[in-house]
Amino acid sequence: MRVALFITCFNDVLFPEVGQAVVRLLHRLGHEVEFPAGQTCCGQIQFNTGYRDACVPLVRRFARAFAGFDAVVTPSPSCAAMVRHHHATVAREAGDPGLPAAVAEVAPRVLDLTEFLVDVLGVTDVGARFPHSVVFHPTCHSVRLLGIGDRPQRLLAAVEGLTLVDLPGADECCGFGGTFAVKNVDTSMAMGADKVAAIRSTGAEVLTSADTSCLMHLGGLLSRGRAPVRVMHLAQILAGDDR
Amino acid sequence: MSEATRLSRVHEPLPTFAGTPPFPEAAKAALADEQLRRNLRRATTTIRTKRASAIAERDDWEELRLAGAAIKDDVLARLPKLLVELEANVTAAGGIVHWARDAAEANAIVASIVKAAGATEVVKVKSMVTQEIELNEALAREGIAAWETDLAELIVQLGHDRPSHILVPAIHRNRTEVRDIFTREMGAAGLPAPENLTDDPRALAEAARLHLREKFLRARVAISGANFAVAETGTVMVVESEGNGRMCLTLPDTLITVMGIEKLIPTWRDLEVFLQLLPRSSTAERMNPYTSMWTGVTPGDGPQAFHLVLLDNGRVDTLSDPVGRQALRCIKCSACLNVCPVYVRVGGHAYGSPYPGPIGAILTPQLRGIARHPVDEQTASLPYASSLCGACFEVCPVRIDIPEVLVHLRAQVVRQHGWRARTLTQEAAMMGALGVAFGSSHRLGAAERLAGLGGRLFGHRGRIGRLPLPGLLGAWFRGRDLRAPARTSFRRWWSGQGRTRR
Repeated sequence: MRVALFITCFNDVLFPEVGQAVVRLLHRLGHEVEFPAGQTCCGQIQFNTGYRDACVPLVRRFARAFAGFDAVVTPSPSCAAMVRHHHATVAREAGDPGLPAAVAEVAPRVLDLTEFLVDVLGVTDVGARFPHSVVFHPTCHSVRLLGIGDRPQRLLAAVEGLTLVDLPGADECCGFGGTFAVKNVDTSMAMGADKVAAIRSTGAEVLTSADTSCLMHLGGLLSRGRAPVRVMHLAQILAGDDR
Repeated sequence: MSEATRLSRVHEPLPTFAGTPPFPEAAKAALADEQLRRNLRRATTTIRTKRASAIAERDDWEELRLAGAAIKDDVLARLPKLLVELEANVTAAGGIVHWARDAAEANAIVASIVKAAGATEVVKVKSMVTQEIELNEALAREGIAAWETDLAELIVQLGHDRPSHILVPAIHRNRTEVRDIFTREMGAAGLPAPENLTDDPRALAEAARLHLREKFLRARVAISGANFAVAETGTVMVVESEGNGRMCLTLPDTLITVMGIEKLIPTWRDLEVFLQLLPRSSTAERMNPYTSMWTGVTPGDGPQAFHLVLLDNGRVDTLSDPVGRQALRCIKCSACLNVCPVYVRVGGHAYGSPYPGPIGAILTPQLRGIARHPVDEQTASLPYASSLCGACFEVCPVRIDIPEVLVHLRAQVVRQHGWRARTLTQEAAMMGALGVAFGSSHRLGAAERLAGLGGRLFGHRGRIGRLPLPGLLGAWFRGRDLRAPARTSFRRWWSGQGRTRR
């Protein structure tokens, strides 16, 4: 099985340790990943803000970079959803005769890390140890758009020493929403403030999630509020990072 | 109430949504209102919980949703034919059908019918479409008083206010505020509130009943909207909870119904689906308390003149958009409002339209013609009034993929404001810069090294705190820190030690 890592632009620039954790985790489970160097961005931020034309070269680039792999694993359900649900729309509108077929070939192989672990590798216990109390934020796109269900919670539950605490109002959006976070900054921060209050009410040491983008927003709010909550991507916990 | 008092009240300018600033600005003001946020949070949480249990009772809910969407899609595909069928059946049953291209035409038709009936006032059943066309304001200009008889609409009207929710127009008010409005305003509009009125809900409802009864018994003309109209029989239907609708629909001599052309359904049997979907989604009831239906006129029973005004007002334009047209499936249940994290914090007024919340964000721009021509800044801000969390789609009883339409309309906004957006705004400049960086992996690598340098310059212990940047960039740092860009991006790590030493 040839497995590619789609790192996503966010993780590449801001959170490289998330990608490193994915590589380490998959290596531990006996799988080598490749990193196609031609990859850049899935185009979600452009698509969701209305800049459809700007998506076309990115969709083309994505299909080319990841052609020929059996699975394309990404630590971002939100970006996986962009590829699986919206790349076909962009390709259809682009008027490029080869693009829809290229997208149809690649898009279904793009999997969130939790899907790859649970569905393809068939593991929930990845052999990690993390003796901390953890609160999990189920991001909207992971649940409602990609439909990863409770895979992250099942993976977390199998981590040795980890105490998973319930997040009140877990199904409500944290207020990130891509450019919504800056275009509707007041509403975004009001939503984020409520989410942060819910997180802090749990008393958990660590906040985790399958998506880095929401964690960037919540982490930014927690950091500004000097809250003693560590923010980690799910992959870092599963890889056994405990620094 | 004397004729002079009535007229002076009629001629007071009524508040409208005109002049609402773009959404981010309107939302900012609303968020600052603590009372509003408490009222909204309490009301929407209650109704959301009740809805969830009403839906959980049905194991065929998903099938009902699919059926509801399919019936509405069929209606939209065959609209011209079904409308003509409806017209023929209403006419055969003694009703008179009018066709209105826009708000002005509809308002003129209604005003002329009221005048021909010799009336100077009308009672109204709660109706979204008459809010949309600002019928009350148009009638006031003709010297006709329009009295809202739905309890919440009455609160809004007496409060010189605007509705902020599709089902619960006064959701932004708590009962103490309602008591104050009744005490202060009822006397000028008719029967005054009882002395020493308390904020007990029963006392408030009783005050409204007494105030309204006088109007029901006096009115000669009533105006309603329609929840459904059955093409095969010409039957029009209104569902409601308070019985005020039943009073309006049966007591006056003349009944005028204004209906958006998308409200029709092909057959009587289709009601089976919608009379399950609507109450459970809307009021969280298994069945709504009052279901009134009428087919033309019945000699000696109920209104003896029935006028049906079929309204376009942007619906045909909406229909022309293959992605956007699903918004016309909407049965105005308001479930999407109650689950929307934006609506529950900001409330309905910020949307600048009688259709607030997620459905308003996709319906209002389309009814205002976004598919045809550039729209104003307030309208253009509505498709962005969402974090695209998808909670709305999850609850929609007719499966309108609201996030899909939001993103589709955003693309229309960008396309229409092309020259301005692309050359002048910071957003367009950022999108352009991202396009350059993401256009090649070498350029992205260079951008990352630059970002890493920036991170070292502005960051402190791996995070960037307050940065005095303008516009959208600065907006991030107002209440949030940012993780400083890594010194070594993943890409660089991989090409160096990453590949060999993990």
